[in-house]
Amino acid sequence: MKNEVVPSLGNRAFAEPAAAAVAGRLLPPVLEIDDLHVQFSTSHGTVRAVEGLSYSVHPGEMVAIVGESGSGKSVSALAVMRLLPPGTARIPAGRVRFDGKELLQLSEEEMRRIRGREIAMIFQEPMTSLNPVLRIGLQIMEPLTIHLNMDERAARARAIELLTLVGITDPDSRLDQYPHQLSGGMRQRVMIAIGLACNPKLLIADEPTTALDVTIQAQILELMKDLSRRLGIAVIIITHNLGIVARYADRVNVMYAARLAESGTAERVFSRPLHPYARGLLAAVPRLDRGRSAKLATIEGAPPNLLAPPEGCRFRPRCKFAIDKCHEVPPFVAVEPGHVVSCHRASEVEELDRLPGQAATAARAAKANGADVILDIKHASKFFPIRSGLFGRQRMIRAVNDVTLDARRGETLGLVGESGCGKSTLGRLVLRLDDPTAGEIRFENVDLARLKRSQMVAVRKRMQVIFQDPYSSLNPRMTVGQIIAEPMRVHEVLPKPQVAGRVAELLQLVGLFPYMALRYPHELSGGQRQRVGIARALAVNPNVIVCDEAVSALDVSIQGQVINLLEDLQHKLGLTYLFIAHDLAVVRHISSKVAVMYLGRIVEYAPADTLFSSPKHPYTQALLAAAPIPDPVIERARPRRIISGELPSPLKPPVGCVFHPRCPLATEDCKKAVPATRELGPSHMVACIHA
Amino acid sequence: MVWFLIRRLLLVIPTLIGVAVAVFFLIRVMPGDVVVVKLRADGAAVSEETIQAERRRLGLDKPLYQQFADYMVGLTRLDLGKSLWTGDSVAREIAIRIPVSFQIALMATIIAVLIALPLGTISALYRDTWIDHSVRVLAVSGLAIPSFWLGMLIILALLSLFNWLPKIGYVSIFEDPLTNLSALIWPAISVGYRYAAVSTRMMRSALLEVMREDYIRTARAKGVWTSLIMRRHALRNALLPVVTVIGLEFAFLIGGLVVTEQVFNINGIGKLFVDATARGDFNLIQGLVLFIATIFIFVNLLVDILYAWLDPRIRLS
Repeated sequence: MKNEVVPSLGNRAFAEPAAAAVAGRLLPPVLEIDDLHVQFSTSHGTVRAVEGLSYSVHPGEMVAIVGESGSGKSVSALAVMRLLPPGTARIPAGRVRFDGKELLQLSEEEMRRIRGREIAMIFQEPMTSLNPVLRIGLQIMEPLTIHLNMDERAARARAIELLTLVGITDPDSRLDQYPHQLSGGMRQRVMIAIGLACNPKLLIADEPTTALDVTIQAQILELMKDLSRRLGIAVIIITHNLGIVARYADRVNVMYAARLAESGTAERVFSRPLHPYARGLLAAVPRLDRGRSAKLATIEGAPPNLLAPPEGCRFRPRCKFAIDKCHEVPPFVAVEPGHVVSCHRASEVEELDRLPGQAATAARAAKANGADVILDIKHASKFFPIRSGLFGRQRMIRAVNDVTLDARRGETLGLVGESGCGKSTLGRLVLRLDDPTAGEIRFENVDLARLKRSQMVAVRKRMQVIFQDPYSSLNPRMTVGQIIAEPMRVHEVLPKPQVAGRVAELLQLVGLFPYMALRYPHELSGGQRQRVGIARALAVNPNVIVCDEAVSALDVSIQGQVINLLEDLQHKLGLTYLFIAHDLAVVRHISSKVAVMYLGRIVEYAPADTLFSSPKHPYTQALLAAAPIPDPVIERARPRRIISGELPSPLKPPVGCVFHPRCPLATEDCKKAVPATRELGPSHMVACIHA
Repeated sequence: MVWFLIRRLLLVIPTLIGVAVAVFFLIRVMPGDVVVVKLRADGAAVSEETIQAERRRLGLDKPLYQQFADYMVGLTRLDLGKSLWTGDSVAREIAIRIPVSFQIALMATIIAVLIALPLGTISALYRDTWIDHSVRVLAVSGLAIPSFWLGMLIILALLSLFNWLPKIGYVSIFEDPLTNLSALIWPAISVGYRYAAVSTRMMRSALLEVMREDYIRTARAKGVWTSLIMRRHALRNALLPVVTVIGLEFAFLIGGLVVTEQVFNINGIGKLFVDATARGDFNLIQGLVLFIATIFIFVNLLVDILYAWLDPRIRLS
């Protein structure tokens, strides 16, 4: 313990004078966290969730806390609010000074008066963060009546004002609605309105947009940035998304395994990351502004278990540059004004990183071009009937509407779109988990919709799927070996005695070890589980794999590893992927062709580099504009055009072009007819009359 | 809402027909002949002719399909038939016993809710303290102790401690509330204890579940004080599963009454049920089962309506 307190004292000595020198930080800080420690007692021992964390936040500033799951970023924020679970969590050391008060010393009642009044907090899940049985109005008015003693009428007037401020139209009637009547984006706006109700000095936003689509994410973050500027509110934003940090944050604190690794202004940390972890993280993120030429650099291994963390530098076991000295906890070093790093080799890391040749820029040229078409989707549609009321007329949800796509052997067809656009349904049609309402889905020149069940079994062997959630898609009562062997058993691809050998082979192929066959899924990390999912898909030697958000649930450093694995496997085994995802950068990185889907229709379809460098459909353009790039220099120069509005209900899709209500280019003609798909360039299909 | 009610009420009809058919045939598998029981019960030597005459009088000599047809036709006219034992109409036999049983059931429910909501809440609030442990012991005992046995203990306790027993014979609460309550409170407690125990456990676990929800954290982050969080944010959400349990347990309550009314010698539905079964009074059993099924259906309907009232996400359509 003792040797861990010393370096963070060092942090204060270095960081504060340095920080004060940064322009715009002349006002005294509103929040100062100093040497904060948080521990959880569990049945397995003590988890040191936060260790020696120090940082400060100044008025009007947006400070980002970045880190992977379990790095302690959310726990430290809850510690500031004193909202940690009382039974298990402990704060053995640290000071949290807020506006002249020492928060950790306050009584519960004194702290309660600060919560919601002076410090407000917004949480990740807008779907579950509002009380489902109470009206929106009551929930917004609650802090007003509690902290400001407003009466019903005054509070209601202020609530209307707040809803207008956060961009909700028709605020008066919204107050009487319940949370389930609002969309996710709207609920997050309501959460912000609740946060802003009493004009707090500090707003803590814990992954505020992680559950939201990219266009809605941009709307929410723009709103927060704007409000913070206009009202002079300091904002702490906790996120794992480096693009968000680059676009919005003034300062960044990078956390790794309960400790601060690097801290500085966004520009400096992004342009000159000095902690090997921060460098690795930035290299591991697929970027929208880069093509698919290079393989992703990855950080090998996984974050340590905080029950028994490695001594010394927490990153040492994964660090390329680790030396003996790293067995001691590194102190914070101010490498330049306002930029501190906790690494023994901070001064040499740039030099070291240059030495080994950049990861092989493998020639991954479009060798698929000559190959035959393996998956051919022609005018496929899937309508789901829903009935309302006893004698209500039957209505249709057009989940997939007249989609035409194809994939050649050995290439990756990317499918992007926001939630509810129908991309997963299309994936299910390809696997024939659902039957198409109309159209053809040809796999190796056979129309799947015409096959009988028995014939489908043979096809299923050649077509596999990898799901999003590595936690719920593996049976917890089966060992890894049984999980991987199951498809082999079902399809009888191998004689029984050879199965165990094949399982071991597959485990090695996906970068795991044969002994793991005896483990159960809960003993593995998220990344390892996803590898098991991949091994299971490979077990029957498929030709096509549908990857439905296969890397979305993984942390950045793990995500890079899995993407590389998928690419390696594609090269080795000649696999074809249908890669369904909402993360545009990941799709750009992995796909050779990309289709953009909106409300059941493909609006644009082109080779990946063409689509991302010269998007033609206004929706594609809007998606790209909304997705932040992890580079503050680019982000700050980029004009910001955020489209307004949300995805309409698929029950009542707009007539004509489905995108016209949100489209900046929309004219009267757009409402008249569904635009035909036109070929603008070589294999560049666009469904827009203005493109 | 109106449509929902109409549809649900229409659904009651096929359900009850199903129950009627099932009961009709099931009880005929039962051994015992009401006529034999009635005429020869005290060992009297009654000639075979007399028995056959009585059977004819009651219509028991007709073939089964004929009896079934008569029964179903009667049902369409809401006629449950006549008791094979007393000759009184089944509807009347049941009707005169409804007030006492209904009052006991209602009192048991009130006792259960009055005990379960506060105890469950306290137990959840003081989780893993001695308060919580005591409440849980009390609740588990409630599940373990059969209500008739508790009833006997209560009678013994009243006798040995106060040398007093409640009056036998039913007095309406509107005539003499004191006598009425002093007689009926004991059976109500003995069946209500189990009811309270189940509901307390549900209340506790539902509340613990709700307290972990994100919106409770939101409320705390807003600076809402704990008692208001409980009242405004937690209770209503926690009540949803509790209401379900209270509704379902109502069926057990009637089951519990069957024996408990015997213990307290109360001439209610429960006792009628036991007597009818012992005598093989088919018509009466059929009527009682239909009656109880109807109550069960309506209690569940009530639960659904309560649900919609508690949770705006549930719309009755």
